[in-house]
Amino acid sequence: MADDKANAEAILSEVHKKISDAFDLFDHEFNKTVDVREIGTIIRSLGCFPSEVELHDVISEAEDEEPMGYIRFERFLPVMTRVLMERKFRPITEDLLLQAFEVLDQQNKGYLEAEELTKYMTLEGEPFTQEEMEEMLSAALDPEKNVIAYKDFVSMMVIDDAQ
Amino acid sequence: MGCGNTKPNQLQLKKCERGNIALHSSTAMRSALLIQRWYRQYVARLEMRRRCTWNIFQSIEYAGEQDQIKLYNFFAYLMDHFTPASSERNLISHIFRDNDLLRDIEWERYFNYKNIEIPDDYCGPHLTFPLTTCIVTELVEAFRNKQQLHSRYVLQLLGETWKLLRLLPNINHVSTCHSKEITICGDLHGHLEDLLLIFYKNGLPSMETSYVFNGDYVDRGKNSIEILLILFAFLLLYPNDVYLNRGNHEDHMVNLRYGFTKEVLGKYRLHGKKILKLLQKIFSWLPLATVIDQKVLIVHGGISDTTDLSIIAKMDRHRYLSSLKPPKHRRFLAKSKVCDDDSDVEDAGAVGSVERRRVFSLTYSSPSASLHRSMQQRRSLQSYSGVEEELQEQRRQAGLSVSVEHQSVCSETELTQAVEADAEEWKQLVDLLWSDPMSLDGCVPNEVRGGGCYWGPDVTEDVLNRHHLNLLIRSHECKQEGYEFCHSRRVLTIFSASNYYEEGSNRGAYIRLGPDLIPHVIQYQATRTTRDLTLRQSVGRTERSALRALREQFFAHKSDLMSVFQQYDPDNTGLISLKDWAVAMETVLHLALPWRVLRSQLVNSTQDGMLDYHSWFRELDITEPNKELAHTNVLETLYKHHSNLETIFRIIDTDNSGLISFEEFRQTWKLLSSHLKMEISDEAIVDLAHSIDFNHDGSIDINEFMEAFRLVDSTHHDMGNSMIEAPS
Repeated sequence: MADDKANAEAILSEVHKKISDAFDLFDHEFNKTVDVREIGTIIRSLGCFPSEVELHDVISEAEDEEPMGYIRFERFLPVMTRVLMERKFRPITEDLLLQAFEVLDQQNKGYLEAEELTKYMTLEGEPFTQEEMEEMLSAALDPEKNVIAYKDFVSMMVIDDAQ
Repeated sequence: MGCGNTKPNQLQLKKCERGNIALHSSTAMRSALLIQRWYRQYVARLEMRRRCTWNIFQSIEYAGEQDQIKLYNFFAYLMDHFTPASSERNLISHIFRDNDLLRDIEWERYFNYKNIEIPDDYCGPHLTFPLTTCIVTELVEAFRNKQQLHSRYVLQLLGETWKLLRLLPNINHVSTCHSKEITICGDLHGHLEDLLLIFYKNGLPSMETSYVFNGDYVDRGKNSIEILLILFAFLLLYPNDVYLNRGNHEDHMVNLRYGFTKEVLGKYRLHGKKILKLLQKIFSWLPLATVIDQKVLIVHGGISDTTDLSIIAKMDRHRYLSSLKPPKHRRFLAKSKVCDDDSDVEDAGAVGSVERRRVFSLTYSSPSASLHRSMQQRRSLQSYSGVEEELQEQRRQAGLSVSVEHQSVCSETELTQAVEADAEEWKQLVDLLWSDPMSLDGCVPNEVRGGGCYWGPDVTEDVLNRHHLNLLIRSHECKQEGYEFCHSRRVLTIFSASNYYEEGSNRGAYIRLGPDLIPHVIQYQATRTTRDLTLRQSVGRTERSALRALREQFFAHKSDLMSVFQQYDPDNTGLISLKDWAVAMETVLHLALPWRVLRSQLVNSTQDGMLDYHSWFRELDITEPNKELAHTNVLETLYKHHSNLETIFRIIDTDNSGLISFEEFRQTWKLLSSHLKMEISDEAIVDLAHSIDFNHDGSIDINEFMEAFRLVDSTHHDMGNSMIEAPS
């Protein structure tokens, strides 16, 4: 019993340190606060895949009663710990991702036209900004044929992550 | 079509049903949402990696700067604690000798270029004086084509530059009504391609296009001398339209470590030494600041709470050959002069006298320092307590001890006053060249760099208001976008060396300022290949480079790391937890890095969260130079203190020949081991020396030696990735 407890404490402490390390990278003033606009990056870098709406929810939990434009570590830590321990916002697997692309590729061409993808990404779901769209295209687009071979794209990105 | 294939799930079925009808259903929305969620996560992780990479480079860079200053402090300490038996002192005493007492006519004789012949087969650029636009433009073109200027012309150009610089005030005053807009550039650090890019985009300096260059022209990049020659040429051509500020790298002590000395000696084998000596003078004569329309202040580093432009305007700036040490006090000009081999006229250099008092601190101790100590923990590297004690002792000595010959010159109170006035002046200079801004109010010593301070927004307000200024433009810090505003846009950092840490690491930028004094920033990035890289590719490339640098650090600290690992593994299983790994890294390396975030990229394989540390070291894939040395601690010292060793070599190599004798080699090691407080036996040193081939009659070539013992990352040779090789 005591062993389990010690184990649990050790795990918790590691989780805390992980969150702290990631937080500190964005704490430019060394006063344990982070600009609220960077919280999304921190949460995602810790391995979570929240949607924008889900992100907003986490942020409002971590914000002060009077939102000041920054998040304090002491409020962020318990919220984020819970997120990690409960394994919320689980990763999206390669398979699932591929399927999502295949859905959009209704004609089963094996690729998507640049226009097609842009339309979906900027009009549906939680739309991309122009900047986000451009960046994705620059990585995914085959400039000669003006199409996105999504299968290759997904595999490439996944390898990248593994590195 | 899609029906009947092997993945029966909701998405696929829906797709089957719909056929060619455009998808505007919840399906499309969910798929789009999924892709967006995934992509945003991916981008966030890239951003995290980029930030880590940046931190790595910056930590290592600043650790190096701090190291340099510690080394220098150690030398100064040696000087002040003279023991008759210490022969090491003689090796380094010359760096403490000032040679600004040499009369002009003797300098001109020493730097006489007229005897230098230009060979018939020389096909580099030619200079005639006075310079013309045509000649200077051709000089720029020649450098673009990778030609080298003959040493005769170099010395001639430098001589002319020196004559002009001596006439300039400490603070340049510029007006925008003279020419419509002024261009301001930041650190160039030997990156010629960036300077050429700026000229291409913005135009060459001329009466219509004024320029202010804000220091750090040299070191690190490989065309430092070419940049200097171009800037000096334009300065001579358009003295009312080109303004140069001094940076902390315009300093021969810094150049010994960061590559400029090496570059000059490599390019100019015969006359390099003279060129460097003349440059020492020139650097000391560079103005310290530029003010535009009495409203915009431009300095290389920054300010402190005590910054006072009236003090700066009045000082004899040329007395500060190196910002790392205070000048000899005026009153103690020795009566007798001694000539040494170089035929420099130098002070008799009384031993233990006040002028050799220690560089008492580049970072002074203020009450608020302790307040911010915890804040500084992440950035502050090693503790200063040991050095501080030594320094206080020396301060005390400096106040009291006056060498016998000078006692008659002035009283002790006059002495202390004079010493204090000098100290004040010196501090003003160091603050101007070394400081960095911070976001918290206040002003604290800059312990990361080891010189100058960190100053806060309140100090900016105070200093700017006191001097009736609107804006402070400074450089000194590499910025990802090439520039950065802070302190409510009252401070603007401008950095002009793109790809500074690595290809793709950052952009460069310059500023255009018109009569409205509103800064317009223009960004660029040299090397087309890096511009075309996607975010992912440029992060990847920079990251690989940073991780390589980190792995070399691990290897260099192997024995320290091993002993800490073994403490966590008392049963000798060969395994430690990842948590313990992170703690060990923090303890041994003293680099304020997010180890847990980096862990996934530095540790390849684990068994149940436990790391086999022996195989981890093997997997680091660092190729050791193939030297069989019996004394491994010497080897490791070599890796760990590579830069320090090279710096000491170059200091000892007084004739700048690139060669030192075996005896000097031995003395170098004695010095280094003294500084590091470690024991290195004579036997070990002899062994080391014998492992290198002696080339020139028993001399050791410094470059060859350093090269032979450079750590090489084995994966560096792997070109299997689809990375485009950028043209150099």
